[in-house]
Amino acid sequence: MTVDTTAPASAPATSADLPPSNGTRVTNWAANYIDERTSISGLVKELGRKIFPDHWSFMLGEVALYSFVVILLSGTFLTFFFQPSMAVVTYDGSYAPLKGIQMSAAMSSTLNISFDIRGGLLLRQVHHWAALLFVASIGLHMLRIYFTGAFRKPREINWVIGFVLFVLALAEGFTGYSLPDDLLSGNGLRIIDGMVKGIPVVGTWISYLLFGGNFPGEAIVGRLYSLHILLLPAILVAALGAHMVLLIVNKHTQFAGPGRTEGNVVGSPIMPVFAAKAGGFFFIIFGVVMLTASFVTINPIWVYGPYDPSPVSAGTQPDWYIGFADGALRLIPHGWEFMLGPYTVSMNILVPVVGLVVFLAVVAAYPFFEAWVTGDKREHHIADRPRNAPTRTAIGAAGVTFYAVLWTAASSDLLATHFKLTIEGVITFLQVSVFVAPVIAYLVTKRICIALQKKDREIALHGFESGRIVRLPGGEYVEVHEQLSDYERWKLVSFDDHAPVMLRPNKDGKITVPARLRARASNWFFEDRIVPVSLTEIEASHGDQLTQEQVAVESR
Amino acid sequence: MAEQGASGSDVQKYDASVSAGTGVVTSDRIDNPGFEPFRARVSELDSKKEKANERRVAMMFGLSMVGSVAAIVAYIIFPIVPGDPGSVRTNTFLLGLGLALGLFGIGFGAVHWAKALMDGHDLVEFRHGTRGSDTTRAKAVEVFHLGNKESGIGRRTIIRNTLIGALVLFPLPGIVVFRDLAPAADPNDQLRHTVWKKGTRLTKDPSGVPIKASEVTLGSVFHVIPDGLNDRQDKLEQKAKAAVLLMRLRPEDLHASKEREGWSYKGIVAYSKICTHVGCPVALYEQQTHHLLCPCHQSQFDITHEAEVIFGPAKRPLPQLPIAIDSEGYLVAQSDFHEPVGPSFWEREH
Repeated sequence: MTVDTTAPASAPATSADLPPSNGTRVTNWAANYIDERTSISGLVKELGRKIFPDHWSFMLGEVALYSFVVILLSGTFLTFFFQPSMAVVTYDGSYAPLKGIQMSAAMSSTLNISFDIRGGLLLRQVHHWAALLFVASIGLHMLRIYFTGAFRKPREINWVIGFVLFVLALAEGFTGYSLPDDLLSGNGLRIIDGMVKGIPVVGTWISYLLFGGNFPGEAIVGRLYSLHILLLPAILVAALGAHMVLLIVNKHTQFAGPGRTEGNVVGSPIMPVFAAKAGGFFFIIFGVVMLTASFVTINPIWVYGPYDPSPVSAGTQPDWYIGFADGALRLIPHGWEFMLGPYTVSMNILVPVVGLVVFLAVVAAYPFFEAWVTGDKREHHIADRPRNAPTRTAIGAAGVTFYAVLWTAASSDLLATHFKLTIEGVITFLQVSVFVAPVIAYLVTKRICIALQKKDREIALHGFESGRIVRLPGGEYVEVHEQLSDYERWKLVSFDDHAPVMLRPNKDGKITVPARLRARASNWFFEDRIVPVSLTEIEASHGDQLTQEQVAVESR
Repeated sequence: MAEQGASGSDVQKYDASVSAGTGVVTSDRIDNPGFEPFRARVSELDSKKEKANERRVAMMFGLSMVGSVAAIVAYIIFPIVPGDPGSVRTNTFLLGLGLALGLFGIGFGAVHWAKALMDGHDLVEFRHGTRGSDTTRAKAVEVFHLGNKESGIGRRTIIRNTLIGALVLFPLPGIVVFRDLAPAADPNDQLRHTVWKKGTRLTKDPSGVPIKASEVTLGSVFHVIPDGLNDRQDKLEQKAKAAVLLMRLRPEDLHASKEREGWSYKGIVAYSKICTHVGCPVALYEQQTHHLLCPCHQSQFDITHEAEVIFGPAKRPLPQLPIAIDSEGYLVAQSDFHEPVGPSFWEREH
């Protein structure tokens, strides 16, 4: 890269012949100084005017990113006061009801953050609320990517990286939740201990190593702290970096619209519009979290008290994002444990654990599955409207429903007490629902998608009902249809169309099993298919349409 | 700048060498109509509106400054008064409000600036295939060829294979050193024993006061720990195994099996409080039905039938602690539990 050392890189062209002001001189000098040592002008040239398309759903990933920054900032403050130690101390802080009670240093220092350090409680709550928002926004961001097909080539790898980020966020959430060593988080760890012990062959030892001896031991908080503030964030930041680099390399997807093609990106440049919007949005997210943290208490550990293996309160709930795992444990019917010779096999633990791992694996692998079904090797940069990929959307709806049933199951006891139902009834209903509800969601969603596609097609071909009823000279009443503009119609007709593959022998004259499977899968995906309106159809439809002008002519 | 490039002709033009798979490529597609005409915003048409928007943005940035200063002022003039929980609330609330104003001012100001005043034209950037060009790829292949040729890694198989072996082995010590995360002793022994032994008094949790059989009235329930637990160094570890629930039923309601007939005292029975599912304390006792409910995953145990599971994911009954009374009338354990307490584990019956 050549760097012109005589003329400063940032000098605006129009003011080149005017004597520069003092401020400009300083800016020029600084820009030149940095560029001569870093070649940064090249980066600015490449990225400074990079285009970002606009759509409200594109901000979900931004929410995740910004809440992560809020987590880092507030978490750093907390590390200066938190003591990750399980050494027993006698609490002597400002919170009177717990004075004189024995607890771990971790719990005691968390209470001190809450009651003796100005802004401590605020930042604890900022940290917790931001963490909840972080996981929620990642989840919604993933759903946006899924339902718009933005995971298709060339973005499959970035989907997997994003999935890893989601899992890391869950791990960060759980490790952080456990640090204060209060009654609720201690019970959470107890459940983890019980689940780990249920792993065949190695479970007992893994639990023993994890807790540094018998549960709860004196090691776990310190160990989780290392994971929570060092190892997991390091991996998370690295994966986040890769996620962002691939976002820049692949460029952002955009929705179909006039002038938008697979070959371009239409939107605002980073400098200045996107930078201002995105930068401003960071402050808005931070503000929302701050306001929530000032008003709404989260995780009042002083109500729960220090961890003790004996007491527990009814209606205990984990943080929302762990709910689906807890719900899976609750749904196992009685008796799922058997002996394999002298060994105990806990199917009541294994089935939910394996089930959830499989569920997550399916999520991670979906882009590769769909790529196999379609065999489509083209790059896709136009985001699908969910209705235009009915089978994918229906599969997604089934997945969301499955998750939702597990999540509901985590509150089975509260459902029973609030709605005056029996706990047995709630559990049995959910046991059935976990299998039936996703199927219903699949069928209903697919029908809705196809119906919406039909409606789009109808509107594209015949326009929309204007609500104006006209009586023709012959006495006939008709409603006038208003035609769409070309720009409006384009959004309805410019979607990707797929047809099932025909099963044909390969060049050796054989029909292989994979070919048969693929044919069947593509049939499942694309059998119910609404074809986008073609040019011929549009031209033909203009003939039989009664438009405003025609009515005007006829009724004259 | 704006509104360049794309119109119908270059839309959906795919490289024919790339398979579309199930994708339908047809020439009968409607043409992309190209960009809509630009619609100017009021700020661009009316300099008064532009000025008003400028003032609005500056006002929001100004409010941000007010908020940040207010946060510092709140921090100083509303300190936390020891022993006054209300002061914590005031401090949190006012500090947070100031900070939120400081943040919102910048946020809404910047976004409003971008939306109302900055150039609103859509710009177009062209995409290029993600794949490197053929020349670049050929260069990359050549780099690997040269690397191979100059190092001889493909040719000198003994070097290559020993390198692979070394790389496979070198992380192993890194795994082995984690053995001492836990003490040397076998966890299996420890999971089989609790601090209960013959003659240990049953005491109240958490006070440690011994319980007389006469105190345990019909229908009452006691949370119990073994005598001396509170003085132990490893109190929590032992409590996690030794916590017990004690309740009294009418003796005729208890359906004890033959070998357990002597384990209760006048209808008083003691069961482990640690759930056999994943180890939560089974703390909820329903007096009328004599059922115990685990609040974590809703397993239910029937005390009248030796705590067998009647609902929920747990499989095994809660282990029973055999009890008796000593010469002073206090409840004592006859022995330790006869089986490991708490969640199942692989070697449990071994």
